[in-house]
Amino acid sequence: MSANLKRSNAPIFWLLFGAGGMLSALLGPMLVFITGIAIPLGLILSPDAMSYTHMQAFAHHWIGAGFIWVIVSLFLWHAGHRIFHSLHDVGIHAGTAAKLICYGIPLVATIVAARALITSVV
Amino acid sequence: MELQARRQNRKESRPAMSEIEKTIPIEVLRYRPEQDTEPVLQTFQVPFTDDMSVLQGLQYIKDYLDGSLSFRWSCRMAICGSCGMMVNGKPSLSCKTFLRDYYPGGLRIEALAHFPIERDLVIVMDDFIEKLESIKPYIIPKTPRALSEGEYLQTPEERDVYEQFSSCINCMLCYAACPQYGLNSKFVGPGIMALLHRYNMDSRDGGTEQRMELVHSEDGVFNCTAVGYCSEVCPKHVDPANAVNINKTESAKDYFLRFVAPKGAAK
Amino acid sequence: MKPRAIGKRRPYVRPMAGWWRRNPFFVEYMIHEGTAFFVAAYALVLLVGVVRLAQGEAAWNGWLQALHSPVAIAFHLLVLVAMVYHSWTWFNIMPRTLPPIFVAGKRLSATAITSGGLAATAFASAVLLLVVWRLST
Repeated sequence: MSANLKRSNAPIFWLLFGAGGMLSALLGPMLVFITGIAIPLGLILSPDAMSYTHMQAFAHHWIGAGFIWVIVSLFLWHAGHRIFHSLHDVGIHAGTAAKLICYGIPLVATIVAARALITSVV
Repeated sequence: MELQARRQNRKESRPAMSEIEKTIPIEVLRYRPEQDTEPVLQTFQVPFTDDMSVLQGLQYIKDYLDGSLSFRWSCRMAICGSCGMMVNGKPSLSCKTFLRDYYPGGLRIEALAHFPIERDLVIVMDDFIEKLESIKPYIIPKTPRALSEGEYLQTPEERDVYEQFSSCINCMLCYAACPQYGLNSKFVGPGIMALLHRYNMDSRDGGTEQRMELVHSEDGVFNCTAVGYCSEVCPKHVDPANAVNINKTESAKDYFLRFVAPKGAAK
Repeated sequence: MKPRAIGKRRPYVRPMAGWWRRNPFFVEYMIHEGTAFFVAAYALVLLVGVVRLAQGEAAWNGWLQALHSPVAIAFHLLVLVAMVYHSWTWFNIMPRTLPPIFVAGKRLSATAITSGGLAATAFASAVLLLVVWRLST
């Protein structure tokens, strides 16, 4: 055994993975139920709940905008990191392509979501 | 002398074949490097009684059916950690796994997964031993201590913090349970992390800094994906997965805080 | 490391291909790791929504309308199942990942940690539903 003692940069991605995993474990099921099932089907909530006016008002406030941004980006950082490891698990080892897809998509999504939300807030 | 007497005794007290009614098929993964290009399965019909362990089944094979079968064992009571093997695909101590639980279907025994096979059920454990040595699995005093200063004192609370991790018997079942070790044997792995953590958490020890470089490294804890099977198969309830994951948190803290307080094993 | 070949030694290294099919425990692991694809898909749907919202009312309504299609509903039902399974498995593994927590001098049991996490999900879900309901009426 000749250990590679080079310091790992994994903590950055591991923390994002953990934060996204925790957030999706706590809020994921209800969020999916609200946006994907209850509102389209008119269950419990009024179909109006996600109307343009409502969502504009929600995203206009920094808390609302921050909430959406954190959900979208952290969910993707969580999923990207997990998929990256799953690829390794099935024998596709940490190549540049795998890294680019698994961490590139969350990074781009984080920026795109931030830009879109800033447009909504302003 | 005594051993010979016991062995003699065992042969004599062995019930005659006709008295044993039950027979179980045991499939063993054989590998004899001088004749096999790859491991092959061989089935033995083994007469057994309800109190017989899988290890005793193998001993029966070696004593009466095929003397060339190789396997490691020593204490027969789940404390030496020598007789780990795969029993129906599950890493197990063969001395605390019983034949009756596999009757009548039979069982398949293979060498511990994720390690190279030396011969039959004997694995090459050099990697484990080298890792074990590399983490300095002994108390490194905080300051040099003279014999005249007397013994170290430790409260029960201080002992509780690491006691669970000190129960490791180096049986390597956790390594056979860890797919990440199987995929990348450079990963420090569960058992060694449990021992590393055991010494780091000891109030008498001052060697944490020396051990953490490996934890933070590319071969360190972040290779773990929290499968958790290592803790599931551990015969001593060490929970090595917990040791690995506690150290992910420790390592992440150090990763970011080393800039704030440049101390510790930061490189 | 590569074992040294001395004399007749010829250590045999077994292949790892298909390892996750060898044990039900690993099959379950791969399934709960697989929930990541659903989490990602859902986040991407939301991302499109965020972008459409910034583009104005017509764009937003188009996105909202798309959510009404049977395909979208079926997709979200699948995501919901995966998301619930993710929550369940996330809190099930948590006792193994958290440092020991002591309450009144006793270590918190694995069951307490898992049920605590699931209770937190139930609570957070109720709060979220209530907030959305309040904001929309």
